[in-house]
Amino acid sequence: MKTLKKIYSKVYLFLGIILVTAMSCERGLSDEVEFATYPTTPEIFSDGFVGGLDYFPFSGSFAEAFSVGTEVTYSGSASMRFDIPVFGVGYGGATFPSTGPRDLSEYDALTFWAKASQGADINEIGFGINGDTNNKFQVTMQNLPLTTQWRKYVIAIPDASKLTEEKGMFWYAEGAASATEEGGYTFWIDELKFEKLGTIAQPKPSILGGVDVNQQTFTDSNIVLDGLTQTFNLGSGANQTVSIAPSYFTFTSSNVDVAQVSELGVVSVVGSGTATITASIAGVAASGSLTLESSGALATAPVPTLPAADVISIFSNAYTDVPIDFFNANWGGSTTQTTDVQSNGDDIKYYTTNNFVGIGFENPTIDASSMTHLHLDIYTDDIISGNFEIQIRDRGANGVIDSDGNGNPTVDDRDLRFNVTALPQGQWTSVDIPLTGGLATQKNNLALLVFVGGVPNFYIDNVYFYR
Amino acid sequence: MNKTNKYEVRMKSLLFSSFLLASFFAILSCTDDEKQIVANFQDLVMSDEFNTDGALDPTIWNHEIGTGVNGWGNNELQYYTDRQENVVVQNGILIITAKEEDFNGSSYTSARITTKGLFEQAYGRFEARIKLPYGQGIWPAFWLLGSDCDQVGWPQCGEIDIMEFRGQEPTTIHGTVHGPGYSAVGGITKSYTLENDRFDTGFHVFGIEWTPEYINYYVDDVLYNQITPADVTGEWVFNKPFYIIINLAVGGTFVGSPNSETTYPQNMLVDYVRVYKNN
Repeated sequence: MKTLKKIYSKVYLFLGIILVTAMSCERGLSDEVEFATYPTTPEIFSDGFVGGLDYFPFSGSFAEAFSVGTEVTYSGSASMRFDIPVFGVGYGGATFPSTGPRDLSEYDALTFWAKASQGADINEIGFGINGDTNNKFQVTMQNLPLTTQWRKYVIAIPDASKLTEEKGMFWYAEGAASATEEGGYTFWIDELKFEKLGTIAQPKPSILGGVDVNQQTFTDSNIVLDGLTQTFNLGSGANQTVSIAPSYFTFTSSNVDVAQVSELGVVSVVGSGTATITASIAGVAASGSLTLESSGALATAPVPTLPAADVISIFSNAYTDVPIDFFNANWGGSTTQTTDVQSNGDDIKYYTTNNFVGIGFENPTIDASSMTHLHLDIYTDDIISGNFEIQIRDRGANGVIDSDGNGNPTVDDRDLRFNVTALPQGQWTSVDIPLTGGLATQKNNLALLVFVGGVPNFYIDNVYFYR
Repeated sequence: MNKTNKYEVRMKSLLFSSFLLASFFAILSCTDDEKQIVANFQDLVMSDEFNTDGALDPTIWNHEIGTGVNGWGNNELQYYTDRQENVVVQNGILIITAKEEDFNGSSYTSARITTKGLFEQAYGRFEARIKLPYGQGIWPAFWLLGSDCDQVGWPQCGEIDIMEFRGQEPTTIHGTVHGPGYSAVGGITKSYTLENDRFDTGFHVFGIEWTPEYINYYVDDVLYNQITPADVTGEWVFNKPFYIIINLAVGGTFVGSPNSETTYPQNMLVDYVRVYKNN
């Protein structure tokens, strides 16, 4: 709100002056009128920082990654030097915020000259990391390729009219994620500044990766819109796509009685029916949409009745849960998304587009020696195809999860694999799994629950071991 | 011409602002479009302002249909039609639209219009105000061909490319002459690149001023090339009537094929075509 107020006040003042001049109105300007007086300084680094800049390395960044160097420069006497450590030593990453806000609304790109001591891709580089606004207008360019020659780089501003008081001038994060990725090298950046190039055009924003997504949902669900990008055609003729923060978009719901969207791109389902969420940037419609079919409030799962003394709870409002490391292991190859949902005050986990997903609890592991069963409640609107497999893993005494390439337990690990063969649609199904088989004699270091196949979209509640 | 432009500027300003601001802007805007000291000929002999919605004026324009021979001699990929989805006048603008669609064995449709047999002239000033499309493999052009091409053949008949554009180079246009001994890639050519602007985001004026001694090439208020008989590496054939062609090609030798990043439809917008006499 503060931002808008300041922009408008400038316009009103201008119109006001015309009115005063034209009509000889004797009324003075109100005390509340303020100018948007933030400096429009475009330079960030030329031969040193320009206009008051801070340097905040990211947590865990190699401490010596950034310095101001004088030996290699594109122009003038100094450049920004970044020493990227070898694999295993960490990474280089920092943000360079302006000490005071700047008005960048007249520019269309962040530009700089860069070269590296070897061919390299900068993992992430951009602007808009601003602690004051929780990175409201962050822009991330992925895998920017550098060569050993000085070249000029352009990162387009998705919608400069938003950047009337921006502190996030520049940020980067680059490191070797594996021994085969480049590390132990240096890159230099010089003449870092915002510019009005005039050659950045043909915006093609998109949400959800440009896909029209249909999703079944329930009242009180929250869904975070992701895959937010802006694409411009640069003066070189090349298209450039950057990942951008949701606040660059204007989101629209076709039915606000069903779903509403915040400026942070969070969709709140508020009623039953159908609503389509679309978006635009500066009047240009984004590709991609989210159509929600809300069937009203999600039925509540059966309320557990066992006494707490007979239960070790992983996820239930009826009991105190043990510490859980994660509800989605995000394993490589997994397509599963996890969303927190509330229905009538009851917390529920919603898994979508599942192929396989793990719930982890190793800090500490669960000692279920005295327990006999695992219980969980599942709800789906999908037709089950094949088996919905639930795996329970005991990691053994050696402190690590040991698996072969197919996910089967090795060394001292044991597991139990239970197939759910029927899941009626549109209702809660309670599943009770006896802790037998591989777990019959070893269930004192339980570490993982895994859901594999069967139905892509399902809700779970009341996950606990009991006796 | 000056009168027309001034009027347009005022109308637009009135739409946007109060009369106070409008008169203010109108004064400021007087220099827009008015800097063409690069051109000397002022006697208008033909113009199409595209002020009548719908089909083109048949007393000025022909449609060329199909794929020509070998994709119009350039391995172009589109099929030209006279359908209004490919060529239509709307709101004072001629819109030529390149579409991606299967049509009579081609994967794209577009349009190509000429004044052949309807308006042909030797010498003078030929100009058009155009907003160009963009993208890999998109090739719009505003050009002239010698009226005797059917008799003497190309390149003997001569070709004056007032504006050619590669959609993948959004800031640059090319002006070229082709004739016997300087055909195809041997054409006498020069490129013009906009500073801090591009050709697909606004209208620009593309023109030549042509006399027996030279052909001057200009974009907006910038004269960027002069070609004289001494410059061509063959016979100077620009001494007889030529007719006008405006087309929007997809693919072809000059520009290369479109790729997955090329988007459709692509529109070439023509605000006017004007021809002045040599005097």
